[in-house]
Amino acid sequence: MKVDRRSFLGLGLGAVAGFSVSPVLLKLTDDSSIWTQNWPWTPVPVDGEVSYQNSVCSLCPGSCGISIRKIDDRPVKIEGLDEYPINDGGACLHGISGLQYLYDPARIKTPLKKNGDKFEEISWDDAISMVAGKLMDIRATGSPEKLACIADKDRGSVSGLLKRLVTTFGSPNFYTMPSFESYLELTATPLHGRGTTIGFDLENSDFVLSFGAGVIEGWGSPVNCFKANASRKERGAKLYQIEPRLSNTAANADRWLPINPGTEADLALGLCAVILKNNLFAGTAKFKGGFNKFSATLQNDYPLSKTSEITGIKESDIEEMATLFAKAKMPVAVFGKGRGDGSQSLKELIAVHTLNCLVGSINRKGGAFIQPVKNYLEFPAESLDGIAREGIAKPRLGRYVHDLVEKVNASSQPVVEALFVYQSNPCYALHDTKTIKQALGKIPFIVSFSSFLDETAKEADIILPVHTFIERLEDIPSGSGLAKTVVGLSKPVIKPVFNTKHPGDIFILIAKALDNAVAQNFEWVSYDKCLEAVAGRIWKSLAKDGHVILAEDVPEGSPEIDVTYLSGNPASVQSNGDGDLILIPIDNMRLPSAAMTASPFAIKTVSDEVLKGRDTVVEINPKTAKGLKNFDYVTLTTPVGSAKVMIHLNEGMMPGVVGMVKGLGHTFDNKYVSNKGVNINDLIGPVIEPGSGLDAAFGIKAKISRA
Amino acid sequence: MNKENIKAHKFGMVIDLDKCTGCGSCMVSCMSENNVPFKEDESNKKDSITWMRVYKLTNGKSFPETEIVYLPRPCQHCGGKGDHGHSPCVSVCPATATDYGYDTGIVSQIYTRCFGCRYCMGACPYHARYFNWWDPKWPEGMEKYLSPDVSPRMRGVVEKCSFCYHRYQAAKDKAYYDGRDDIEENEYQTACTTACPAGAIVFGDLNNPAHRVHEIVKPDPHPAPNNHYVVGKSRNPNIFRLLERLGTNPKVYYLSEREWVRKAGDNYLDGEWDKIKNHHGPESHG
Repeated sequence: MKVDRRSFLGLGLGAVAGFSVSPVLLKLTDDSSIWTQNWPWTPVPVDGEVSYQNSVCSLCPGSCGISIRKIDDRPVKIEGLDEYPINDGGACLHGISGLQYLYDPARIKTPLKKNGDKFEEISWDDAISMVAGKLMDIRATGSPEKLACIADKDRGSVSGLLKRLVTTFGSPNFYTMPSFESYLELTATPLHGRGTTIGFDLENSDFVLSFGAGVIEGWGSPVNCFKANASRKERGAKLYQIEPRLSNTAANADRWLPINPGTEADLALGLCAVILKNNLFAGTAKFKGGFNKFSATLQNDYPLSKTSEITGIKESDIEEMATLFAKAKMPVAVFGKGRGDGSQSLKELIAVHTLNCLVGSINRKGGAFIQPVKNYLEFPAESLDGIAREGIAKPRLGRYVHDLVEKVNASSQPVVEALFVYQSNPCYALHDTKTIKQALGKIPFIVSFSSFLDETAKEADIILPVHTFIERLEDIPSGSGLAKTVVGLSKPVIKPVFNTKHPGDIFILIAKALDNAVAQNFEWVSYDKCLEAVAGRIWKSLAKDGHVILAEDVPEGSPEIDVTYLSGNPASVQSNGDGDLILIPIDNMRLPSAAMTASPFAIKTVSDEVLKGRDTVVEINPKTAKGLKNFDYVTLTTPVGSAKVMIHLNEGMMPGVVGMVKGLGHTFDNKYVSNKGVNINDLIGPVIEPGSGLDAAFGIKAKISRA
Repeated sequence: MNKENIKAHKFGMVIDLDKCTGCGSCMVSCMSENNVPFKEDESNKKDSITWMRVYKLTNGKSFPETEIVYLPRPCQHCGGKGDHGHSPCVSVCPATATDYGYDTGIVSQIYTRCFGCRYCMGACPYHARYFNWWDPKWPEGMEKYLSPDVSPRMRGVVEKCSFCYHRYQAAKDKAYYDGRDDIEENEYQTACTTACPAGAIVFGDLNNPAHRVHEIVKPDPHPAPNNHYVVGKSRNPNIFRLLERLGTNPKVYYLSEREWVRKAGDNYLDGEWDKIKNHHGPESHG
């Protein structure tokens, strides 16, 4: 066939016309849109029957009731549990993100043993017998005190079992990480006697004087505090916030009084002086321990002008604050900077609480409740053999974890042969992480009981992975400054996702693998049976209702108030170093900073004025910035370390102060959370408070220079 | 309004900015409820998908007069000019992937219809819409927590807050099963509302005088006299909507006793705010 120009064009046009009228074009467009959208790897969640299961969240000490929505066996959503006595339906972002911890990329899936600098998988039987073997060796040398243990807390049956294991083994060296609960007990002990703790009745108070307590930044039992704060307006209650930075709490308060960092104790004592001088104190309180001397010293040491000079707060403001506080019907002064779980000065805590004592807010509605630490568990008496008795009679290495670290680092002989670390992350959460890691490096045998391969677990020789809170049964006692005491029951809502065990079961297994002297103290077949037995008195209602309220009313009687600690005129701590700025930590509700690490969701909510790309953004006042602009890189140097960070100009920051968020700079294997920013604990070192022995560093001197 | 619409709902919310603490519970509850994915780096907020986003506002004053307030921003579910259902995004969607529900006042988003032109994102004055630049990816195993009530989105589509429409559907299903005509106030609440630990968010039917949201907002049923595009303005002088004068008629109201916060809800020329701030009401936002 001859193809001439005419037929060529004709054919071509015909083909175009035919193609256009055919559905091919439409079909192809349709196909391509379907094809580009329905990628087979976009998951299609499986449908099923909906059910709800109640439990208690133990991610933080808040102990909120939660309701878990399930599709068949699959938990899909965590929400606050309505009518639960602590949080009544509310939930914080971390609890809601709880399911992300189940499938966290950093979860430890099976027992691990360190071989060189790598971990290799081992069986549970091997892991338990390795741990037991090592412990038996230590016991055989007759120095069982060389087993030390760091736990997250010492309340509840799981910690109870662990402590029992350490004690019956023969070691007095059981330590807990600093927590707000521990500070409450430390404050109550010298004032009101051993075995007491403090609860704050925020929801009924009409005047809350907060010395930097992040009432809406995770302080205390967070959701409970959010609720108490939200009802403030309706109740006509006032909140005065004293801290160097305009935190969310300060922004939400009726009044923000910026204070020079680290001078809170002086302000509290200055306020006490005004109250005493103007005869504003309640005559009802029973003081002892040299109250007259204390009162006279205060008048002498804290005249208004001096308090004002130290704290940077105007004299008129101090006087007004003291008067408002003393004249309020139900005032309460609260302490514990930020979340209250960081380093604190005992002088400051006691000074603030003395304000409550002076105005008669002790054991009064809307005030501070002094109550004995509730023990609702009945463990059978421990039976100790000779080795154990000798061991626990030996002196502890110190009072706190940082003492343990210092002893280990200072000694050329191993003072600790084996270390248990349970649900805590000292290598990340304590000041000067370098020295912590150095100490752990010197301990020959470390066993980690963790769900995640965090900074501390990485230092371990054996990791015995534990269930997350969603996978396990556990009694969760409230604390953290709540006015009421509630024990909740955390229940497994899903079968363990990985080859992990309940920590209680692990402790029982280890004990049973040791010699009979220890094993005879652990005769339960499993943790579940143990809990049922030791919670005997409350077990039935705990199992039936999911919680038991141990105390909720205003405690009766007025306890004695011993002012000996303050009348001894203890020294205030200063910040170390020679920089012209002070670096202070910032607690941000969206970033956990202790054993719990952030979830991918939580990190996602963090502002780009806090974390930008992989960089921490620090806050400084524009006056301090000296020409630096937002998101300029600077090198922040302290006596402990230095880091490259970005800056953000914040008018809410006191001039001369640099604020850095806590909770960034993790280094474990979860790309959504780790390798972002700087861990502030790499930059701040401990400052030991004389008298209490606490690490009371509120900050550190720092310098910035353009990077 | 025709007869069938008389019983129509108009779901909306009022957020008390004086109670909001900026804690982020609403954001996370939303992400968890609606299968919102996450990426390695979420610090570029322009591509970080947050149906509910909490903004930080400051009064711009220097230390120590500075103040901060947090403003949670879900989709505003605009009723459009005159509240006739011509929301800015609905008007421009060439695929009818987003539509106005006249029975609920909710602006829907149908992911499988969306072909990613992003006109709606340009049209939305509130940056409430997000584009999926990448396929969502969950770490191994984490897809097991996904809810079957909301389909995970794919690369190339736009998504936004739906006022947890699946919860409305579930509540309606239950009412139908129980033989009831309509749902109760507490049967349909969004995930952000139930999560808020401060109780700052109140959600309900703006058309139903018995609902708390109606009691607080007291919406004016008449168009504003000098701007007929604006309907449903609150009769509470402390309540405002974002960019209210545009006439987009959002169904999300904000409450604050602080004047600078209310002023931050719109852009004003120099001196303009002072003229209108004291006589709040239909005249004020001319």
